[in-house]
Amino acid sequence: MEALVAIAIGAMTASGVYLMLRLRTFPVVLGLSMLTYAVNVFIFASGRLVAGAPPILGAAPTMTDPLPQALVLTAIVISFGMTALTVILALGSYLNAGTDQIDIERPGEQPDADN
Amino acid sequence: MSLALIAALPFLGALLPGLLIRSGRNTCASVTFATTGLAFIGLMLHAPAVIGAGGVVTEGYEWLPQLGLNVNFMLDGLGFLFATMILGIGLLIILYARFYLSKTDPMGNFYTYLLLFQGAMVGIVLSDNILLLLIFWELTSLSSFLLIGYWKHLPEGRQGARMALTVTGMGGLAMIGGMLILGQIAGSYDLHVILEQKDLIQSSEYYLPALLLILLGAFTKSAQFPFHFWLPHAMAAPTPVSAYLHSATMVKAGLFLMARLWPVLSGTPEWFWIVGGAGLITMVLGAVIALFKDDLKALLAFSTVSHLGLITLLLGLGTEYAAAAAVFHIINHATFKAALFMTAGIVDHEAHTRNIRLLGGLRKLMPVTFTIGTIAALSMAGIPFFNGFLSKEMMLEATHDAGTWFGVVATIGAIFSVAYSFRFIFHTFMGKVRDDYPHHPHDPGFGLWISPAVLCVLVLAIGLFPDQTVGHFVDTVASAVTGTDVHVHLALWHGVTPALIMSGIAVAVGIVLLSFQRGLAPLWDRAPRPEAKAIFDAVVNNAAKGAISLTDALHDGAISRYLGILTAVIVAYAGWAFWGGEFTPGTRAMLPVGPVELVFFAILMVAVAGVTLLHRMRFLSLIVISICGLVVSMTFVQFSAPDLALTQLTVEVVTVILLLLALNYLPKETPVESRPARRVRDGVIALAAGGGVGALAFAILTRDMSLPTISDYHVANSYTGGGGNNVVNVILVDFRGFDTMGEIAVLGIAGLVIYALVEVMLHGPASRRLQNWVPEMAQARDRHPLMMVVATRLALPIALTVGVYIFLRGHNEPGGGFIAGLVVAIALLMQYMASGFAWTQARQKVAYHGLISAGVLIAVFTGIASVILGWNFLTSTSDYVQIWPLDRIHLASAASFDLGVFLTVVGAVMLALASLSRIGVRAGEGINLTPMDVDPRAESQPKNPEET
Repeated sequence: MEALVAIAIGAMTASGVYLMLRLRTFPVVLGLSMLTYAVNVFIFASGRLVAGAPPILGAAPTMTDPLPQALVLTAIVISFGMTALTVILALGSYLNAGTDQIDIERPGEQPDADN
Repeated sequence: MSLALIAALPFLGALLPGLLIRSGRNTCASVTFATTGLAFIGLMLHAPAVIGAGGVVTEGYEWLPQLGLNVNFMLDGLGFLFATMILGIGLLIILYARFYLSKTDPMGNFYTYLLLFQGAMVGIVLSDNILLLLIFWELTSLSSFLLIGYWKHLPEGRQGARMALTVTGMGGLAMIGGMLILGQIAGSYDLHVILEQKDLIQSSEYYLPALLLILLGAFTKSAQFPFHFWLPHAMAAPTPVSAYLHSATMVKAGLFLMARLWPVLSGTPEWFWIVGGAGLITMVLGAVIALFKDDLKALLAFSTVSHLGLITLLLGLGTEYAAAAAVFHIINHATFKAALFMTAGIVDHEAHTRNIRLLGGLRKLMPVTFTIGTIAALSMAGIPFFNGFLSKEMMLEATHDAGTWFGVVATIGAIFSVAYSFRFIFHTFMGKVRDDYPHHPHDPGFGLWISPAVLCVLVLAIGLFPDQTVGHFVDTVASAVTGTDVHVHLALWHGVTPALIMSGIAVAVGIVLLSFQRGLAPLWDRAPRPEAKAIFDAVVNNAAKGAISLTDALHDGAISRYLGILTAVIVAYAGWAFWGGEFTPGTRAMLPVGPVELVFFAILMVAVAGVTLLHRMRFLSLIVISICGLVVSMTFVQFSAPDLALTQLTVEVVTVILLLLALNYLPKETPVESRPARRVRDGVIALAAGGGVGALAFAILTRDMSLPTISDYHVANSYTGGGGNNVVNVILVDFRGFDTMGEIAVLGIAGLVIYALVEVMLHGPASRRLQNWVPEMAQARDRHPLMMVVATRLALPIALTVGVYIFLRGHNEPGGGFIAGLVVAIALLMQYMASGFAWTQARQKVAYHGLISAGVLIAVFTGIASVILGWNFLTSTSDYVQIWPLDRIHLASAASFDLGVFLTVVGAVMLALASLSRIGVRAGEGINLTPMDVDPRAESQPKNPEET
């Protein structure tokens, strides 16, 4: 099971990084979301995987580590705030500039042939 | 008066002139004068103890004792001398400036800057802690920048100010290093401790670095060779500033520091050669250049450089006698040089030029100014009966004792000093009255000449009766500098000593040299020599160019490039760390894989691949990515994290709604822009990163924790201390409540920033683009369908009840403020979706901003309530309470904190999404006043929903 979770984390990280390297704002926002999943699960997994042992007193004979869960809970909510802010920035730059490209060319500079 | 108050008074008073300038220039000058005067009187009250009895007054407050940074003040003879000069000459300058500045100069600013500078200087000389001293030292650099650049409209003023700041500021940075080393060696940052550690400091291997760094600071401040070049350029400042900064204060700060640390740093060959050598070179160089300057202030500026060199030389010699001479010359130089600067200012003020070539013959037109200027200049030349003579004699004697060559070079310096001093007198005041002055000069009013006149009285009094006037004072200060009892007999006549002979040679040759000045000047002008300003400008320009090209090379505006480099570097470091260590596989037993888990894993993999490959189709990828979110919540369910699962689910809903709303106004497809090679490169980076993170996760998961987890404490105290069974929630609102408070503040700020950004977007080019926005896709005809409206209305009370329930039970079972807030936010969002923005907004009674601030405030007040009750911030308590008709419930005071969390989450989420909806209104979406587009009560055809 641990292997599956690790592979899932790796896959979501790879997808998130790839999308964040794209040249338009929307894929970057998607990449950020994907990376958020990966990071949250990663932090959560640092408490190790335990099934059927919720961190509630008296609910089960054993209990998993509650601290990573507390950290991840706020991380999920904060990352919503971050995603929302990024989306608004993306929208604002698109509406202001008329393009949702993210790599800026300096005035008078030839566009990078590699892009 | 308290020493701290003396240092603080100028800073406090600095507020007044800026504010009171509206009451007139006299009021402005008066309050400045009164502030400085008060500090001066406070200082004088210590005179009996410090000068009379030779004692030391100390005073201290703790600031950051862990760093050794304390607000410790100390007033001994040396500090008293400098504070007297700073405040006393400050008083004269304030008076002089009142009459010097023209009506168009902003006088309030001037006096504010002056007081700031004065406070910083007083702080330096009263500090007993070298870290505190450094703070004041930097403050003098900054405030002198304001003063030198006071005439902002003059390019010379701005350039001079920049140069002074660059040079003294860099010196200050070096000095910080030196002082820290010194403090480390001595084991304390308190001066009175350091001053007793001479042997320890001089035997330390770090003595030389500390010495060099501290001297860098002192030399730059006191304009010693090779850093002398900034001082003449600072002459672009108004004359009162030059008179103040370059006679008694700023440039003397470096000397003060060398005198202050003299007991522990001097006496070594390094000190002798570096300080003595720099002083000697500066003294001669400054004197030579001064002779060939035609601008009165430039002449005085280089003469200042020269005299600073003289004092540095005396300190460098390292004998008690030389130190006493240095102290005496500091006093004398301050008196005659301030008077000379003010004289030059008067000439400039009256004749509208400071160019010596355009002047001459002013003796008859300006008799008062002539008298003052002559007395001061004769003192500068070192003519008997004036105070400059006495200290110059002592200097010559000290150099004579130090070695023949020192004596010879010092005499050469003295020759030039005589020559330029007489030039100041002869070429400005003597000769025939001319008829081509730019402005016909005459003596100024009392207000301008009284200040230099007072100084001239001092020059004469000290010159004629040195022992009676300042004899004891010089002894006290010299004793404070050297740390031993010093008694110097100050007298006009010591008999025919070598010093007298050297002095006589200097005067005679100097006068002869002056007669050749006119002939030598063209030769001097043609002689090749390095131009300091050009070199400085070239260095600054090249540094700026280098910085720009380096920045451009690293930072070309392509964010994908930075992210790529960043990721690749992190992966490379991680790989390097991995292959550098020893790897052993983990031993923790793995959980078995069931069929359900396998299915979910497969779904996730397909979704991840789908999003990555289909990301150009934005709607589709948005739907697919939410599958990932759902699988993540399922993971949380499976591995004992019900709170997380609930949070992830609700956040997922809100995020997808948000992205859908935003996507409405963004392009729906991503064009192909990158070449295949680039995509392969990005893919390799992404796979490396993903592989690395996955491997790391696997390594963690297959090992047990190597250190005991702190969670045991949380689990053990969750019920007894936090009053709740849900440990995650208790951690959030109790154990780590401070963190949570910061997090809801961030969330609230994010909501407000989104609101502000949308507010900006609704104006300017974005707004015009929105007004012309044409939907790319076909729009639904029935935007507010009946079924949905009815369903959401029914769901609203149920959802709210669920929210309240989740909130209340959160402390003991999965739930809590975060999840309840999200549930309620979704319930409200559904209303927006069903009936549109305008309809819902019209029914919304509480502004979302208000919810955010109420939430944060409730959380803060919960914490403060604990403090009022005598506990630590955010300490919580719990008890069983019964509220009719409810059952007996276990309620913790942390629930009130959780309420704050709840309100903030609702407010922030709603504000973010409602703000986005406002964009739609600007884009010409129909504004609906009815809940549905089709009214089932109306028998007729549907009305046009776009009615407004």
